[in-house]
Amino acid sequence: MSTGSAPPILETKALTRSFSGFTAVNSVDLTIGEGTVHALVGPNGAGKTTLFNLLTGFLTPSSGTIHFQGRDITGMDPERIVPLGLARSFQITSLFEQMSLLEHLELALASGTGLTRKFWKSVKVLGRFHDRGMQHLEEVGLADRANQAAGSLSYGQKRALELALALALEPKLLLLDEPTAGMGLEDVDRTIELIQRLRHGRTVVFVDHNMHVVGSLADEVTVLQSGQILAQGTYDAVRADERVITAYLGESHA
Amino acid sequence: MSEHLVGTSHLETAATAAPERRERAWARPLYLLLALLLACALPWFIYPPIALDILCWGLFAISVDLLLGYTGLLSFGHAAFWGSSAYITGIVAIETGMPFPVAILLGALAAMVIAVPTGWLAVRSTGIYFAMVTLAFAQMLYFVANRASGLTGGENGLQGIPRPFFGMELIETEAFYFYYAALPLIILGCFIAWRTVHSPFGRVLLAIRDNPARARALGFDVEGYKIVVFVISAGIAGVAGGVFSSGHGFASLNDLMWTTSGKAVLITVLGGIGTLWGAMVGSGILVTLEDYLTTLGFEGIGIVTGTMFIVIVLLFRRGIWGSVQQAWHWALGKARLRWG
Ligand SMILES: Nc1ncnc2c1ncn2[C@@H]1O[C@H](COP(=O)(O)OP(=O)(O)OP(=O)(O)O)[C@@H](O)[C@H]1O
Ligand SMILES: [Mg+2]
Repeated sequence: MSTGSAPPILETKALTRSFSGFTAVNSVDLTIGEGTVHALVGPNGAGKTTLFNLLTGFLTPSSGTIHFQGRDITGMDPERIVPLGLARSFQITSLFEQMSLLEHLELALASGTGLTRKFWKSVKVLGRFHDRGMQHLEEVGLADRANQAAGSLSYGQKRALELALALALEPKLLLLDEPTAGMGLEDVDRTIELIQRLRHGRTVVFVDHNMHVVGSLADEVTVLQSGQILAQGTYDAVRADERVITAYLGESHA
Repeated sequence: MSEHLVGTSHLETAATAAPERRERAWARPLYLLLALLLACALPWFIYPPIALDILCWGLFAISVDLLLGYTGLLSFGHAAFWGSSAYITGIVAIETGMPFPVAILLGALAAMVIAVPTGWLAVRSTGIYFAMVTLAFAQMLYFVANRASGLTGGENGLQGIPRPFFGMELIETEAFYFYYAALPLIILGCFIAWRTVHSPFGRVLLAIRDNPARARALGFDVEGYKIVVFVISAGIAGVAGGVFSSGHGFASLNDLMWTTSGKAVLITVLGGIGTLWGAMVGSGILVTLEDYLTTLGFEGIGIVTGTMFIVIVLLFRRGIWGSVQQAWHWALGKARLRWG
């Protein structure tokens, strides 16, 4: 199943999550090689987001285990997983609408420093993250909007800010849930370019329905269907797989 | 994704982190000075015990606003902290004769201690369920205080609380002078609330209020932050309750009643959620109105204040102070356009 060339940074064993009888993620064995870009695809409701929620501690598994860099993180809370170097973005844009872009970055950069526990200090101490915050904004092309409220951004810009936030956490493993969903062609290409740049020195797992994105970025593709892994391999191998064609296009095309 | 409070979801909160308010450098010290002058002048115009009530209820409502406006948590059991501090302050003053500020600070400390398990349990739920857990705790405390009549005086309340202050008789006996002796404690409470809101910690609170899931994904221990701000808020409520019982010379079961929690929430909403100082304005209006109606011998005070509440909430979504601020910024903006 796995290419096995790179040592795994993430490994799940028989990972399962049920919601009152309905199994959204069903006995998933997933191995992500360090330094790879890995696409997770599958029809709507396949369990991709649920799997991300399990990996990042937003949901606890019904059974199975998750190891990150050899460490068992099964059932850990997000606030303990994030500092280990595992960050995520959300499928549905999820920001603090009234905060400025720079304030978003300051928060992300301050996370894990302990500075944010200090209720007796002036908020101005967050100013020390100004330069690094601007760098991150620059990276995603939002530097000129640093002082605007996030709520005033266009959809594509919000997705870009999501990326910048996840990057500011300096994750070793980055999980992106549909980074290009709802974007126009131009923004999609910019995002592909951005992910290609940011992949250096880290591992990326992303969900996307856009096969152009998957084809241009992924070293390896995992196809999920009804909570189970249907196929895994390179983009070309998976695309030629009959079970995958059936899953995507229905019986008649098989 | 974002959790809205069931009862107040249509109300706007004025607290934003965005640097839209670029006040001039002299503005803040000037406002502060004006507020201080107003606080000092108050007992010259208003019957001193009522002036003190305004400060106490205002500070109490500020503690509620810290949760409601800046963290997105509606506590409907804050009487637990106001009331427990009222009693502890009284018991300490009666039993030890320590100076009243010490008694009040001990009362506030007790309120914070009680807030630890309360908060620990309450933050596990959100929205209306959070309100219900806090209410349940307050009701439990009410029940306990009623039973422990040996300590609390039960139905009769705790009578004759002294306010020892180094033998300074005017302060110990006259409301006018006591007002000034207690003012620094109220200011301390306000300062702690202000400092918390404008700290890195406060920034995380706003993030939690606006999008708790996002805050978690950034690595913030959302429940931990909520517990800490809950305890800080309880301490501030405790200072207010302690000054209140010291000033009146008694503590009663009324201080622990759900109506007391409700009044604090009402004042907060009236003044403007997420405005902090709006709570003082709301308190000034509500307390003087109640006092005025009482002196008239009016029976249905609740009907009048309730009606006023509904009208203001419907007309001014940001509350009184929030609307004043909005109008002020609008006028400033206009003036800048015209005069440059
Ligand atoms: N909290 C929940 N409670 C109950 N059912 C859930 C919950 N979360 C997800 N599900 C169900 O689990 C299944 C998988 O959902 P999931 O969001 O993981 O799919 P997905 O692969 O991300 O789909 P999409 O491509 O539409 O984003 C769906 O049928 C969904 O209804
Ligand atoms: Mg999904």
